[in-house]
Amino acid sequence: MIKKYFEKLQIALLAISSMITTVTIFLIVVFLFSYGIKFFTNSSIEKGYDIVVHESNPIQKLSPVILQQIFDQEYTFWHEVGGNQDSLEILHFEDLPNYYTEEQIGAEFELVGACITDYLSKHPNAITIIPSINIDSSFKGKIVEVASIKFTDVFTTQKWFPTSKPIALFGILPMIIGTLLVSFGAIVLALPFGIACAIYMAEIMKSRWRKYLKPTIELLAGIPSVVYGFFGLVVIVPIIKNVFQLEVGETALAGSIILAIMALPTIITITEDAIQNVPNSVREASLSLGASKWQTILYVVLPFAKNGIITATVLGIGRAIGETMAVLMVTGNSAIIPNSFLQPVRTIPATIAAELGEAPFGGTHFQALFTLGCILFLFSMGINLYVNYTSRSKN
Amino acid sequence: MKKIAFILFLAFNISQAQGIKIKGSDTVLPLGQKEAEAFNKKSNANVSVTGGGSGVGISSLVDGTTDIAASSRKIKMDEKMRLQEAGKKFKEIVVARDALTVIVHPENKVSQLTREQLEGIFTGKIKNWKEVGGADLKIVVYSRETSSGTYEFFKEIVLKRKNFSSSVLAMPATGAIVQSVSQTKGAIGYVGLAYLDKSTKAIKVSFDQGKTYTESNLQTAKAGTYPIVRPLFFYYLTKDETRVKALVDYILSPVGQTLAEKSGYISAK
Repeated sequence: MIKKYFEKLQIALLAISSMITTVTIFLIVVFLFSYGIKFFTNSSIEKGYDIVVHESNPIQKLSPVILQQIFDQEYTFWHEVGGNQDSLEILHFEDLPNYYTEEQIGAEFELVGACITDYLSKHPNAITIIPSINIDSSFKGKIVEVASIKFTDVFTTQKWFPTSKPIALFGILPMIIGTLLVSFGAIVLALPFGIACAIYMAEIMKSRWRKYLKPTIELLAGIPSVVYGFFGLVVIVPIIKNVFQLEVGETALAGSIILAIMALPTIITITEDAIQNVPNSVREASLSLGASKWQTILYVVLPFAKNGIITATVLGIGRAIGETMAVLMVTGNSAIIPNSFLQPVRTIPATIAAELGEAPFGGTHFQALFTLGCILFLFSMGINLYVNYTSRSKN
Repeated sequence: MKKIAFILFLAFNISQAQGIKIKGSDTVLPLGQKEAEAFNKKSNANVSVTGGGSGVGISSLVDGTTDIAASSRKIKMDEKMRLQEAGKKFKEIVVARDALTVIVHPENKVSQLTREQLEGIFTGKIKNWKEVGGADLKIVVYSRETSSGTYEFFKEIVLKRKNFSSSVLAMPATGAIVQSVSQTKGAIGYVGLAYLDKSTKAIKVSFDQGKTYTESNLQTAKAGTYPIVRPLFFYYLTKDETRVKALVDYILSPVGQTLAEKSGYISAK
């Protein structure tokens, strides 16, 4: 009687722990997406500010990219951005104390509106920003309309200036391409090596030696990624620079090599286990039909262990696509679209790791990083589903 | 009964002795630790210091999970507004300053640059060292991550708020910049004064169109002749002022400021 209840209790505990795991994963995904989606409701102007020009200026609205170029002083005349023939002047909000005294601005900045109105009346060609709270009765000027962040902009803009003031740009295309490039390179490097190593260990190597080799390879998985990153920066980056005669060694290739090394233990151990699990009777049948050892491995053992090898690949890709620290240190992190493996790239995980700590909590930049997280999640889920689907349909 | 009273007494004492927490910028972290250690020893207090970044520090101040937020950049407008929304008034003090030095590979012939040349290099308009009097070699620009306080300060002072070129290499830490510049011939980067060593060469800079070039060191930074010097901040809520006053006063005292200079920073005034 007691034994029966005890058994039920054990089963209930198992059920509860699997429930908790599922709910936790679900909550994390909901949390990620709730922030990630909020990003698209923001404006690209720094929160709490508006862009203003003089009332006589015919400009109605400006796109974030143009505004950013205006504040980078890449234009000299208004007609270049669709306005009149006048020259373009910029007033940075931070420079206001250079033109007005502290009394004029007010201790709590409450008189900023009047100061900016005055500045605009003296410089009718100027464009500037103003805190939204200062737009009151004393303020005269025209607020320029700036489009809020659009889904298509984010995926087509190529500029990532998340902290640029007063206009931030969140173009994530270079990072998506960078992530895919580095992960693809890593898998291309790691798979042949990993599978070859696993075959050798499972089929050819004497078990006496395997006893030592397998734990050594598993040890690789336990090394912190910062150590890999530092190794990459100090050893692999200079080698790449010298071999390919490059100006910079921090390249996508360096990231791929480091990730390949990091994914190897996973791929080797799982593949080796899968090959070990192939029943001996299958091998014996093949050998007795006159097949050589190599033919047996290639045409009998590997197809039999296919599912395990696919799992190893998926987990390897997962490791590669989500790795942060090692990649952050060796790929150079330039937010530009690379056209070869020998150029610096910026990956999504590296961006999140590098910027989340300093981004103001709950701000646009913060939410943009969560959007990046969502994209990363969708990537790895997509790859998982695809691989599962293709391997199942072929069976 | 006596025992319970004693335990209650102890618990009360522990809650009283709950110390001051400082959280935030990793640039300020070593300074905070040194100052806290000395202050704890001197007045038997319990000050704890953790890093995490300037943004983390200030949002902890809003949430009330830290007493002091350490920051290597000035508080941003939306952070200010969030504090205002929460009905919290805050104070800002400069605890020390930090000088940024422009470094190049030791074999680079160029030893001085003007602000305009630096702006050209970091915004991507100047691409080859021969344009600024060096060898025919492509310039490789190393910078910090976009969200670091160091990055923003360099952008404000040297680039006059223009954006860095998209092709600059962003490194996660100052140490990584030193490492990369020391192993890349055409490299240029910027680091805190404390990170200068023989593996890289410091550049003299001129902020007056090339009339005078200044070397970066403790003396020039303190005298104000070296232009790339940034303040490091502590933010705390006005209502906590009585609690943190002793610590802040200690850091700003001559003893505290000497300690800051010993750790590679420049005194606040």
